[in-house]
Amino acid sequence: MTDTSTRSAAQRMSSEELARISMRARRLILQSIHDAGAGHIGGPLSVTDILVTLYFDTMNIRPDEPDWPGRDRCILSKGHSSIALYTVLALRGYFPVAEFATFDQLNSRLQGHPDMSKLPGLDMSTGSLGQGLSPGLGMGLGGRLKGEDFHTWVILGDGEIQEGQIWEAAFVAARYNLANVTAILDANGLPQFGWPHPAGYTRETPYDDPAAKFRAFGWHVVECDGHDHADLQRAFAASKAERSKPTCVVAHTVKGKGVSFMEGNYLWHAQVPADDDLTRAFAELRIEGEAQ
Amino acid sequence: MISVTPVEHGAETPMRDAWGQNLVDLGGEFSSLVVLDGDLANSTKADVFAKALPERFFEMGIAEQNMLGVAAGFATVGFVPWVSTFAAFLAKRALDQIRVVIAQPGLNVKMCGSYSGILTGKTGKTHISVEDIAVFRCMPGVVTIAPADDLELRGAMRAMMHDDRPTYLRLTRDPGPTIFPADYEFAIGQAALLRDGGDIGIISTGVETIRALDAARQLAADGVEASVLHVPTIKPLDVEAVVAVAEKTGAIVTAEDHSILGGLGGAVAECLAEHRPTRMRRIGIRDVYGESAPNDAMLEKYRLSSRHIADAARALLGAGAGIGARA
Repeated sequence: MTDTSTRSAAQRMSSEELARISMRARRLILQSIHDAGAGHIGGPLSVTDILVTLYFDTMNIRPDEPDWPGRDRCILSKGHSSIALYTVLALRGYFPVAEFATFDQLNSRLQGHPDMSKLPGLDMSTGSLGQGLSPGLGMGLGGRLKGEDFHTWVILGDGEIQEGQIWEAAFVAARYNLANVTAILDANGLPQFGWPHPAGYTRETPYDDPAAKFRAFGWHVVECDGHDHADLQRAFAASKAERSKPTCVVAHTVKGKGVSFMEGNYLWHAQVPADDDLTRAFAELRIEGEAQ
Repeated sequence: MISVTPVEHGAETPMRDAWGQNLVDLGGEFSSLVVLDGDLANSTKADVFAKALPERFFEMGIAEQNMLGVAAGFATVGFVPWVSTFAAFLAKRALDQIRVVIAQPGLNVKMCGSYSGILTGKTGKTHISVEDIAVFRCMPGVVTIAPADDLELRGAMRAMMHDDRPTYLRLTRDPGPTIFPADYEFAIGQAALLRDGGDIGIISTGVETIRALDAARQLAADGVEASVLHVPTIKPLDVEAVVAVAEKTGAIVTAEDHSILGGLGGAVAECLAEHRPTRMRRIGIRDVYGESAPNDAMLEKYRLSSRHIADAARALLGAGAGIGARA
């Protein structure tokens, strides 16, 4: 078996290559939601570059051996962005892209929210928000106990950290100095519904400084541009270099990133693109030098 | 189903002490066993394990939801996590975590609910768990076990280590007499016939079985011969054993330190309604929450004593085939 597990620095992907993969991923995401007639858009587009950087560059994985015990783990705690994870797994070779035709259909391995009991390559089932960080801690504690050096990456939405369990986990991770666990916050700043406000209505969180919150819980914090692949590579490397504390990478992102009329527009949280929406979006998601 | 002759006047052993010691014994045997605690180790007796095998003991603090999630993560990397807290908090505070990251993916987590039922040492209704069996029994894929004594607990814990399903283990706080003989072999899903009588069948679970045996002795003094079927595994239920006792006796009283809704009584009623409709009475908590009081007073007020079981049996036998007097 070809050892795809270790990629030396020379083999690492350039940020330009990663950007091209992200472009392909975004088109596949929009096409899948369009074809399935249901699903989320805004969150998957904000987390795309994070997932692409992890699966194509940072993580130590073997796509042809998804249960390899030594692999890095990834938990998409914001499970409603499943289509982005499926897209990146398919592009990385975990399963054929053709399987997207089954998304959200009866007996599909591609469930609306990630189901580890159905699809190889998923390290945890998620969907009920706020629950992903805790299993990440269990993987980190278990890996340490076994003397294995795999790393566990947990992707959180900035909306779901309203759930109290996130802070239970943050408290315990710091207590155990879990440096082999990284939380990546997809900070797109747009919840589904938001908050009542004297002036009518707002989607701004009451007090929003997640970096300060994680720091106060004893975490190492790195901030980055969640759509700049080089910056994500830098942040993830800084996270792995930290040996005494868990790291939170606060990745500043834009909901609906990559499609101008979806960016920052909460209406595209889970709206299905019509045919002409798809045409307009694909016109913006062009890869230079590649036939469209 | 197996037939077992119960021990008379067995020694009084606290189930929680036995639980802690069993963990140490199994932990010595299985390097995959880890224990997670929610800052109650000196109450649940997980502290015995913490002292013996500290590198595999993980204090999770007063945060049950996180603790169950951490356990799920441990299970995915080859460990068998044993989680303990009070049954009331396990079955309700962390319920969605159990549903999404343990039951739905079918991860091998052993969930131990201590201080179950109404005899919780004067803690009151916040700490009394009357609905945990119902909660776990209705979750697809979750094995639900309520042992009667320290000896059966030992067998149950060993069987759990050899089984890879998510499992709820229901424990109690206070000492009770050992009723199982040393050669009893526990098996998941297997009920134990502790007494064979043809007049009425008493089907019980957990420590209430001790009172069911007392009730059978009281009935025998009146010339009424009762079968006593102990059902340690509420799910999967030993359907054949339940139906066999119903066939033989034609009248069933269930007994449990749990709500009559959804627990053993519910399971037996569902089973018999489908397989062999049988006249029944259910002894258990009658759709109310508990309170803090001494054990004897609690058993009396909430109608869980051996006398209440025997009275229910007499009432059922006296009621004939109609829908008559209530237990």
